[in-house]
Amino acid sequence: MSDLRALYQEIILEHNKNPRNFKKMPEATRMLEGYNPLCGDHYTLYLKIVNDTIVDISFEGSGCAISKASASVMTTLLKGKTKAEAEKMFETFRLLVTGELKDMSFETLGKLGAFAGVSEFPARVKCASLAWHTMHNAIDAKTDVVSTE
Amino acid sequence: MMTSGTTLLQNDDALQAWTMKLREQFPILNEHVHSKRLVYLDNAATTQKPESVLSAMEGYYRHLNSNIHRGVHFLSEQATEAYEGVREKLRSYINAAATGEIVFVRGTTEAINLVADSFGRAFVKAGDEVLISGMEHHSNIVPWQLLCERTGASLKVAPIDDRGEIIVEEFERLLNKRTRIVGLAHVSNALGTVNPVKHLIDLAHRHDIPVLVDGAQAGPHLRIDVRDLDCDFYALSAHKMYGPTGIGVLYGKQRLLESMPPYQGGGDMIRSVTFEKTVFNDLPYKFEAGTPSIAEGIGFGAALDFLTSLDWRAVSVHEHSLLEKASDALCNIPGVRIIGTAREKAGVVSFVLNDVHPHDIGTILDQEGIAVRTGHHCAQPVMLRYGIPATVRASFAVYNTKEEIEALIRGIYRVKEVFH
Repeated sequence: MSDLRALYQEIILEHNKNPRNFKKMPEATRMLEGYNPLCGDHYTLYLKIVNDTIVDISFEGSGCAISKASASVMTTLLKGKTKAEAEKMFETFRLLVTGELKDMSFETLGKLGAFAGVSEFPARVKCASLAWHTMHNAIDAKTDVVSTE
Repeated sequence: MMTSGTTLLQNDDALQAWTMKLREQFPILNEHVHSKRLVYLDNAATTQKPESVLSAMEGYYRHLNSNIHRGVHFLSEQATEAYEGVREKLRSYINAAATGEIVFVRGTTEAINLVADSFGRAFVKAGDEVLISGMEHHSNIVPWQLLCERTGASLKVAPIDDRGEIIVEEFERLLNKRTRIVGLAHVSNALGTVNPVKHLIDLAHRHDIPVLVDGAQAGPHLRIDVRDLDCDFYALSAHKMYGPTGIGVLYGKQRLLESMPPYQGGGDMIRSVTFEKTVFNDLPYKFEAGTPSIAEGIGFGAALDFLTSLDWRAVSVHEHSLLEKASDALCNIPGVRIIGTAREKAGVVSFVLNDVHPHDIGTILDQEGIAVRTGHHCAQPVMLRYGIPATVRASFAVYNTKEEIEALIRGIYRVKEVFH
């Protein structure tokens, strides 16, 4: 069970149950779909970007606990961040869930640290990454549906 | 296996002993996953292979490896005899009239593609219809969609009810003079429903419409008799019948196969070739271009020997008791909803648990060493029908035990602990 607890951290279970910023955003300046057809994880991400700053971010959709919690935590972390800061956090997250992140303590990772256990579950990396990849492409003004499968 | 079905019917201990004896033939069942004894409940995806299948394939590569149907040398003759011997075993196993009706293919998917392509080219044109059911696997949907796209025919779908049974009246209503062919699953991979194919074939035949039966999920659970069913085509995959991947069979009535053009061109499927004209080989070779999966074919033969050695009354009693035990226990867990409650089912129980996503359930069960399938099971229209994105599917084989069902149930309680 120790491995499982590493994956299903309280933060993840709690965000899955009560996802933050879980709503449509009519005034969004960017909107992008993230969809893993094999899993069925399917979200729409909304971003309101003003002068390179993410002034608001929200999402809606459905999927597994890992994908939903990841999207929820991401929205809480990125509100008010610049595009460059968001991209930097995306890179940290990517390295974290693929087990490539070195020399970083859990304190500096903050809420992202909850996803450290994902790297032990290779089949679930795509779930954790879906929202982040969708955000990355949305910032890049890409319009094609994002998949991490 | 020496015990008769009647004795097994009366004696739970005898059934237990029979299962344990069978398990000894499957070396992989001794594996450990995450330090737990493997509980393999993903048999609808693929079954495990008995020692006899493994050694038949290795034996071929060690002692007989050579190409078939062409060499005059000893090894080629021996390999050809072994491979063709499997064709005869298959003919006898499914009770086909002649070996010419047994076409080797890569699996069920290729069998259906072969028919959709070849039968389609000969008989399907714009305005025609192809009829399937609402519970088909993608492999019995997409080849027909491609055919319809190519020809301008249209795909019709006989709906299923809430239990997961084909609504026979609706099926009958959709049969008409434009219907060229019907494709039906014998057993549904996502729901476990055993369809009344014999009756449905009879209904189609009243309109002179041929029927293809996708037998991928029936192969491991039912004895198949193509002449009793009177189906026109029947498709099977060896790997779901304790045999290797990469080989399967298309049964087709001789008269139909003869009227169909070749599927792929190449060696083996021809009698003579000049740049002006090619004369095709006789059945079944007309449909078998290129060097086939010889080792896999020989492995398939060993799997058929294994299946033939089984006491099928015991198989039926044992598999039904597993299904019943799993279904009853799952029903008693608050929040579990079983998807697919047909009156006749085989080998599969699909379910969801509250709003816990099946992939999370799959990961937690995996930590307990339990292998199940989670997802849409290549049957997205079925998921849509029930308004769910995915299910957890536990599927059984002859070697599964009641203890393994208990492990599954304990695993589901563990999921509930995590997702309190």
